[in-house]
Amino acid sequence: MHEMSLCEGVLLILEDNAGKQGYRRVKTVWLEIGNLSGVEVEAMRFGFDVVTNGTLAEGANLEIIEVPGEAWCMQCSKTVPVTQRFDACPDCGSYQLQVTAGDEMKIKELEVE
Amino acid sequence: MCTVCGCGEGETTIEGHGHAHAHEHEHGHDHHHAHAHAHAHAHDHDNKNRQHGEHTHDYGQGPAHAHAPGLSQSRMVQIEEDILGRNNEYAAANRRWLGEHGILALNLVSGPGSGKTTLLTRTIDDLKAELELSVIEGDQQTANDADRIRETGVRALQINTGKGCHLDGHMVGHALETLKPVDGSVLFIENVGNLVCPAAFDLGEAHKVAILSVTEGEDKPIKYPDMFHAADLMLLNKIDLLPYLQFDVDRCIDYARRVNPGIKVLQVSATSGAGMDSWYKWIRATQQLALIGL
Repeated sequence: MHEMSLCEGVLLILEDNAGKQGYRRVKTVWLEIGNLSGVEVEAMRFGFDVVTNGTLAEGANLEIIEVPGEAWCMQCSKTVPVTQRFDACPDCGSYQLQVTAGDEMKIKELEVE
Repeated sequence: MCTVCGCGEGETTIEGHGHAHAHEHEHGHDHHHAHAHAHAHAHDHDNKNRQHGEHTHDYGQGPAHAHAPGLSQSRMVQIEEDILGRNNEYAAANRRWLGEHGILALNLVSGPGSGKTTLLTRTIDDLKAELELSVIEGDQQTANDADRIRETGVRALQINTGKGCHLDGHMVGHALETLKPVDGSVLFIENVGNLVCPAAFDLGEAHKVAILSVTEGEDKPIKYPDMFHAADLMLLNKIDLLPYLQFDVDRCIDYARRVNPGIKVLQVSATSGAGMDSWYKWIRATQQLALIGL
């Protein structure tokens, strides 16, 4: 997808927070990436290493917390698991689903010094 | 000074900042300066044509980072920030500005070769007498598309994303400053031909309009679900070619509704003109909503 841009976005947030939170080096970054977000985790890891090279996050570990996809089925009136946006409801086969989890791309936590 | 992000134009170099980038402006002479920002820009402003909106924004140059890591004790910091949060802030600022000026912005997204620029030039030719129009063109390289648009007599601004695969809210914010679309007008933003990345990047538009041509596979909506999920309207283009193709229109629309139950679909041909009236009615109706700030 656009993992390089996302990594640049991560780096910006790290650099922005460096002043606010008073750190000079990032050792570990925990990202929350939903399974429906379209993010390729391996590409994210590669992009992260490239983008952070020569920055305050150079050599930092990237920990990715994957969030499973969930959707609200309007027919069944309940939450069901989905692995893709166009999945049918596993119970009733309807496509009238509203994704409720799994499209997040967030920085969760940092280990800094 | 950029009103959105505060980055300067024509300023001197600010070295040693958290995140340094080269900014290149051509106003007869070049300035190179660094500032705290996400992107490298090369703005090519041709002053004599400035009032006609003939500009190219080039984002082809890479960032330069410089940091001196220090030493202190390790600790944990909770951040909980959306990775796209910054883009969303720019997009929100664009949307607010567009709303205040009653401008309808449509973000046209499609794969390469869907006939997007042809559809846009025909739309402009047919609507320019009744509506005030302007165009932001996004491509990795060349100003060919903006040139095609300008041939219609409408103001256009080219953004070259360089290595980038999509337009983002920040680029569009700068483009708005240069292009200055008039109050109550319609702004078409032709995104980079790519069915993947532009889905995630809000530009501040009122609607994403996905263009899919019948010469592509009918399963594109489920192959690239994020884009069709993000779009409010799908234009199924080149329907004049249907007699020569094995393309199941109903199945294609069904796939689109699987990823986006609320998507509206219009079948059009930019070359024959079939269905274009419906598209124009949709534009007029949404423009009326933009005028009352909805």
